[in-house]
Amino acid sequence: MIKTQHLTKRYESLTAVDGVSFEVSPGEVLGFLGPNGAGKTTTMRMLAGFITPTSGTASICGHDVIEDPLGAKAALGYLPEGAPVYGEMTVAGFLGFIADLRRLEGARRRERLGHVIERLQLRAVLDQTIDTLSKGFRRRVGLAQAIVHDPPVLILDEPTDGLDPNQKHEVRALINDMARDKIIVISTHILEEVEAVCSRAVIIARGRIVADDTPARLAARSRYHNAVSLKLEQPTQLAAARAAVAALPAVAEVEVSEREARLTALPRAGASILTAVAELASARGFRLEDLRLESGRLDEVFRGITA
Amino acid sequence: MRNVGIIMRRELASYFATPLAYVFLLIFLVLASAFTFYMGGFYERGQADLDAFFGFQPWLYLFLIPALSMRLWAEERNSGSIELLMTQPVLLWDAVLGKFLAAWAFTALALALTFPLWLTVNYLGKPDNGAILAAYLGSALLAGGFLSIGSCMSALTRNQVIAFILGVVACFAFLLAGFPLVLDVFRGWAPLSLVDAVASLSFLTHFESIAKGVIDVRDLLYFAMLIGFFLLATTIALDMRKADQ
Repeated sequence: MIKTQHLTKRYESLTAVDGVSFEVSPGEVLGFLGPNGAGKTTTMRMLAGFITPTSGTASICGHDVIEDPLGAKAALGYLPEGAPVYGEMTVAGFLGFIADLRRLEGARRRERLGHVIERLQLRAVLDQTIDTLSKGFRRRVGLAQAIVHDPPVLILDEPTDGLDPNQKHEVRALINDMARDKIIVISTHILEEVEAVCSRAVIIARGRIVADDTPARLAARSRYHNAVSLKLEQPTQLAAARAAVAALPAVAEVEVSEREARLTALPRAGASILTAVAELASARGFRLEDLRLESGRLDEVFRGITA
Repeated sequence: MRNVGIIMRRELASYFATPLAYVFLLIFLVLASAFTFYMGGFYERGQADLDAFFGFQPWLYLFLIPALSMRLWAEERNSGSIELLMTQPVLLWDAVLGKFLAAWAFTALALALTFPLWLTVNYLGKPDNGAILAAYLGSALLAGGFLSIGSCMSALTRNQVIAFILGVVACFAFLLAGFPLVLDVFRGWAPLSLVDAVASLSFLTHFESIAKGVIDVRDLLYFAMLIGFFLLATTIALDMRKADQ
């Protein structure tokens, strides 16, 4: 369990984190969202014990990060932003060093090191110095050090930043695998990532929490929630289709993209318009290339809340 | 204490993983020999002792030790690895002590590698080997003092060049604390007791008394307290500034 109460960090002229309170329970994957400079990294650094809060408290599995920092750190696996490592060390040497600090010994040490090396596919680069590795491998080494001691709590600061799509997929699969029995907090500004791995999203702006909900319910706040989007086979029918759709009583507004020959009809609050639009199209003889129901746009909600 | 050992071993291994260790050892040995034989007049003195070697030791350390200590913390902060280290379950003090001991053990190795000089004087005559051993101890303590100052300077900045310059200046001030160059700064305005206190901080006076073969508890205590003080200052500086960009 992670618990923070009124967590605050002030620098001379700037309040980076301002009274942040939340709790995360086992099995939850919390996505920490926010624009750059919103206070995501500062909050995570306070949880990890790297920065001391100005006021407020935080605890990891019951260990207060100020009163019992070693207990809190022992329960935690942490990937700092940018995944810094000791570049002159070999991968094997580095993971061995972390295993020593984490007090892994004997058979358990071999088993855990073997597990993370397999899981993150580091076998081939074990004897290379970390400086010679690609960005994707370095990130994987950083992740390996965070999970080598099988901690109950994982805090990962932008775990997929700078990775290619395949590597991103791998890291998300890893997070989903571990999600069942761990508490995981990740920060990101990639919204698709929240939908891919998080069971809960906290949006933070200017140091304060401005939204805390499931990704689906956040997306439902979008004005595109339950909107119907359709693409015409013949772009010449665009103007006629627009007028007809806009005349439907449950439609609040129609947006048009001339380039794509696409109409998007936004419903009035709570209304469902898919059937009405589909029936209208067939009655009026508009031939459709596609027709779909939107669940809502997280990026639009994000912009609306944080801008 | 176990963490101190783990961190010290990692640090020592990283010296040897880069050319740093070999370049440092080579330059230290070449310069130490050059000072001894050319500037110290090792043969011309006609005496079977190592005074010519130990006499130049402080001046050699003045530039070489800050070059070794400048990376201790500045590099950790610059690369961000300090965040990785400080979020492992270790005390800040464990890390400060571990990294310092690694640097000290490394300079002790450099010092030990000057053993051919000791063999030479024993071949040429009958030196006082007890006094030579004491001088080696004094030299190691002097290196420890310089390293602790350098560690503190390195904790103040993330720029290694600045850490080097601060280190040289601070070591120079401590080296010459008993001499007019430093004392004149205090004379004229400070009470005599302060001037005397500053003079008693001089590395050179404490080192030279040990180098003569006289191991005085006060000299040992002086180095122990000085090292302790600067390592504590390193810890405080890091605690305040470790996350600063």
